[in-house]
Amino acid sequence: MELLLVVLIGVLYAAGVYLILRRSMVRLLLGIMLLGNGTNILIFLLGNITKGKPPIIGADLKVFADIYADPIPQALILTAIVISFGLTSFAIVLLKRVYALIGSDDLDDLNTPEEEDI
Amino acid sequence: MIDNQIISTVLIHLFTALLQLVFWRKTVTQRILSVSGALTGHIFALILFNKVSGGTILTMNAANWEAPFGIVFVADMLSSTMVLLTSVAALAVSIFSATGVGRARMLYGYFPIFHFLVMGLNGAFLTGDIFNLYVWFEVVIIASFVLLTLGGRKAQLEGAVKYMAMNILASTFFLTGIGLLYGITGTLNMADLSLKIPQVENQSIVNLTAMFFLIGFGIKAAVFPLYFWLPSSYHTPPSAVAATFGGLLTKVGIYALFRVFTLVFVPDEFVKTLFLVMGILTVLTGAFGAVIKNNVRRMFSYLIVCHIGFIIGGLGLYTKVALLGAVFYLIHDMIVKTNLFLIAGLIRQLRGTMNMSKLGGLYAHYPKISLLIAVVLFSLAGIPPLSGFWPKIYLIEAAFFGNHYGFVVTIIIGSFVTLYAIAKLWSEVFWKNASADLVVVDNFKPLKPFKKLLLVLPIGILGAATLYIGLNAEMVIQVADRISTEMLDTRPYIRAVLGK
Repeated sequence: MELLLVVLIGVLYAAGVYLILRRSMVRLLLGIMLLGNGTNILIFLLGNITKGKPPIIGADLKVFADIYADPIPQALILTAIVISFGLTSFAIVLLKRVYALIGSDDLDDLNTPEEEDI
Repeated sequence: MIDNQIISTVLIHLFTALLQLVFWRKTVTQRILSVSGALTGHIFALILFNKVSGGTILTMNAANWEAPFGIVFVADMLSSTMVLLTSVAALAVSIFSATGVGRARMLYGYFPIFHFLVMGLNGAFLTGDIFNLYVWFEVVIIASFVLLTLGGRKAQLEGAVKYMAMNILASTFFLTGIGLLYGITGTLNMADLSLKIPQVENQSIVNLTAMFFLIGFGIKAAVFPLYFWLPSSYHTPPSAVAATFGGLLTKVGIYALFRVFTLVFVPDEFVKTLFLVMGILTVLTGAFGAVIKNNVRRMFSYLIVCHIGFIIGGLGLYTKVALLGAVFYLIHDMIVKTNLFLIAGLIRQLRGTMNMSKLGGLYAHYPKISLLIAVVLFSLAGIPPLSGFWPKIYLIEAAFFGNHYGFVVTIIIGSFVTLYAIAKLWSEVFWKNASADLVVVDNFKPLKPFKKLLLVLPIGILGAATLYIGLNAEMVIQVADRISTEMLDTRPYIRAVLGK
């Protein structure tokens, strides 16, 4: 399981970096999303995956006697997913507006010559 | 010592923003609420600063979960100073925005978003938990995205794409670092991390993790070679927004670097050299970028980058004197950079443009305002006894006695180029006679006296703060001295948080 996740994280990071290095804005967005997902799985992996061992102390015990699943990484991932959902939806709307304005998906077209600013 | 008043500044800005959402589209009420909220925030920041400068470090456990298990808020000297400076800058920007921001932007929620941004900044300065720091960073960047794009002009949206991409990338790096850190230590509390990091057997993994934080915060702080998004986006939004960004947002990155690289990761020789080289190159690239720009705000954007190099270089030297100088520079920089962008906004109001070749003769028409601006510009260039001068003495002293002559030369070059840029600005905008065939659009003259006051007063407030920092340098040095002592000896911080 761990090995599978490690490979998956590697693939997600590699694909994310590759897409970010492209000139297209949509690919940039997809790349950022893949990187974010890779990070979430990385946190999940680093919390030491344990199956079927909830972090609950038995009624007759005072401390954990056995290995248990760490709940904190899952809380972190949940927070990170919600945040990246918000950021991504904003980014999608922003890129759509930019596309409507300049009619191009190319990041190199984002350089309107100096104009009078507000 | 536990004191729940720590987060009052966060709460005040939160409630101000929420109240403004109730008064949606009522721009006059929103303006009054904004200024009074910022003023209340400033008063509470002063109270907090006074409490902390008495010599204690205050903490607060969220929901009464004891550290290191719950989220802890900590107000040490560095945090409370940053909160105080933020509140001063926020007050000035809030007053300036009352006339400096267009009505259309206010109708679409400029003020609530501005207060959410300031709330996020205060939270980031006060938290003692590294994942909570990430969450506050996200609060700040989502608010800054909205402020940057509000208005929807073409240049704004183009700048926003670059800004958004780089900031989300920075957050991803930061989050990866947090994940790795949790994996190797099993804790997220910064004081607890500080104790557990030296016990990790494989220190090379720790160094690797530190690099993730360096890149993440480096992008936000705009250091070489990660700064390119800054000059291509900061000149696009309204000046009040640019003032918030220029004065406060990059400084959050600097604060995070200071916090993480003094408390959590203590830099080894390699990291110190890296900071120093980055600082030198940041100063040089920023300085030469500023020289070639002809637009007032583009020039100021490069000056931000240039002066961040001084602070990063000071962190790289990592001696008591160097940290003192870097912290003093940070204190000076937050106030002055906010003011610079407000000044750019005022110039735009006076003449309808920010292009230096189209400006001129401001001194003849507005001598009093020009003199006020001159004080700020002199202080930026570091003319004694104004505030930009003192930190450079400490930085040069530290670099000289540490045998880092390259950094000494860089500080001198950076200061000279700043002086040159300021001199160019002064002669082009204020002294030169404007060419006769230019159409002057003066949006300032027809304004009512009260509105004129609202535009000039914040520049005056920040100018007075700059003068205070410069002329009362001894008191600021005491503050910076205590901050740098706390940076080098983190035991009081850890004791305050963990009680051991």
